[in-house]
Amino acid sequence: MGYFLRKLGFYVVALWAALTVNFVIPRLMPGDPVDLLLAKLGQRGSVTPETRHSIEVMLGTDTQQSLWSQYAGYLHNLAVGDLGVSVTFFPASVTTIIGQTLPWTIGLIGLATVISFFVGVGLGTLAGWKRGSWLDNVIPVTTMFQAVPYFWLALILLFALGSLWPVFPLNGGYDVYNVTPGWNGAFLGSVLYYGTLPALTIILSSFGGWMLGMRNMMVSTLSDDYMVTAEAKGLRPGRIMRRYAARNAVLPSISGFAISLGFVVAGSIVTEAVFSYPGIGSALLQAVGGNDYALMQGIFLVITLSVLGANLLVDVLYSIIDPRTRARA
Amino acid sequence: MSAARVRGLPPMTAKLAAGLLIGGFVVLFGLLGPLVVQDPSRVDDIGLTGPGSGHWLGTTQTGQDVLAQLAYATRGSLTVGAIVGVLTLLLSAFFGIVGAYAGGWVDEAFSLFTNVMLVIPGLPLVIVISSYVPDKSLLLVSLVLSLTGWAGSARVLRGYTLSLRNRDYVLASRVAGERRWRILGVEILPNLIPLLASQVVFAVIFAILGEAGLSYLGLGASGSFTWGTMLYYAQNGLALRLGAWWWFIPPGLLLALFGAALSLVNFSIDEIINPKLRNQTRAARRGWRMSRAQLEKAKEATL
Repeated sequence: MGYFLRKLGFYVVALWAALTVNFVIPRLMPGDPVDLLLAKLGQRGSVTPETRHSIEVMLGTDTQQSLWSQYAGYLHNLAVGDLGVSVTFFPASVTTIIGQTLPWTIGLIGLATVISFFVGVGLGTLAGWKRGSWLDNVIPVTTMFQAVPYFWLALILLFALGSLWPVFPLNGGYDVYNVTPGWNGAFLGSVLYYGTLPALTIILSSFGGWMLGMRNMMVSTLSDDYMVTAEAKGLRPGRIMRRYAARNAVLPSISGFAISLGFVVAGSIVTEAVFSYPGIGSALLQAVGGNDYALMQGIFLVITLSVLGANLLVDVLYSIIDPRTRARA
Repeated sequence: MSAARVRGLPPMTAKLAAGLLIGGFVVLFGLLGPLVVQDPSRVDDIGLTGPGSGHWLGTTQTGQDVLAQLAYATRGSLTVGAIVGVLTLLLSAFFGIVGAYAGGWVDEAFSLFTNVMLVIPGLPLVIVISSYVPDKSLLLVSLVLSLTGWAGSARVLRGYTLSLRNRDYVLASRVAGERRWRILGVEILPNLIPLLASQVVFAVIFAILGEAGLSYLGLGASGSFTWGTMLYYAQNGLALRLGAWWWFIPPGLLLALFGAALSLVNFSIDEIINPKLRNQTRAARRGWRMSRAQLEKAKEATL
């Protein structure tokens, strides 16, 4: 139990750090975002003094308040789920925008990452098991895929499969003209069809890393004494590979899964930009383009929260798979 | 000392040779290319011409020479990689090695800080920071990238330093009365060099990729040439729709080649750090098996 409490404590600290970073950044930066924001808001309708005040509180340019009371106000607003009003999608609130875009991103990235993990770990197991085979020699090629920037691979795929041979649509999350969003077959089919190319991009550029890591761990594990014992006992090779080698070799990959999530989220923001996918990355970019600081901060917060939550989940799962982590703590 | 250093160098394998060759070629192109090509910003009235004799890699929408842009972009991207590499090395060495060596509450604090930095996603943070600063220099972008990217290396270094500081030879030198900084600098640091090298190589790859992503979103350094800005302009110039492959393929390809070259170098460094990767393990044991004829002979001999 102490292990879980320690972990939970760590994530509370991390969460607090993320919230504070989010609070501090606008206050450290030069320029006055409030005037910028109000000018934009003014174009779409009248601005009440309350709006100005709330923006000032949010961005920290309200000079009448001390930094501490600003900080308290900021935390209070977060606690009640008030992230402010978006400028780009005025008058929608930031929470609404996030609620609309987050499912798209989680669906796309979550699925693509899980597929990539299983493909990579599976191939890595085989490559490590049969060292020097053709699969093992393919690894440098897959690391080349890894060095390819997500968005460039996306551009190439888009150019080849969207423009040259128009197999897949060029952009968007679903067919806006012919299907209505909801739980119907046509919509889900359209989502799958539109999501194939973005998902393929993420899988292609990330499975190489899993494969390499797993392969190296397999090679290390295979030289352990209990592998010799297993072979000496005359166990079937398939059983040795799966139950003895792969089971132990996969542990670092699982703990690495949490850390890699941050990178996946980063890469997917750019991928979403290429495909104009209606996810949270595109919303972030629109917010940046429109100086929409409230939306920007809200999205940064949600991304951080999701990554922290996923990390916590992986940590808990890991401690169940590998009891040694709990004993060590 | 010199003998140890020579022994520490990775053996010249095909992977390492290929990595050094490709990487060296890209670095040379970035160093020397800008000296021989024309002005990358010079506008001409031959927009979007394909590769030909006048322009080896064709021209952009406004008739700028793609090869010239590529040369300057290579220099820009490599500069970012180099700056971030050095900064990451300093930051991760400080928080990873010093923390682990000092132990106690310093280690706890440093480790907590590192782990918190690790779980806060980097690129969104970089995007938020850079959107507040309208005019950015290449140096500022590199600074932000290294501030958000050092934590992973620090964690790896910490783990390794922890195992080193409790080894017998380190304890022995402590008993022998060596000063603390000497133990750290002379006994521990040399053993960390391969690991540091591989972490720096990773940092350079991530920095160049991160900068490219940032620039592609239009948030990079203003008025600079990097692989990312080239792709940004290509995307905005509708290179994709117009089929101008010579505009958006070369920068990405060069980036991928350089990244792959650095990965190949890292493979070789990995084999020093982890000798198990180097030894022929299972395949070698297969080779030790006696053939059927040998078995028969052995049986006859024992009977």
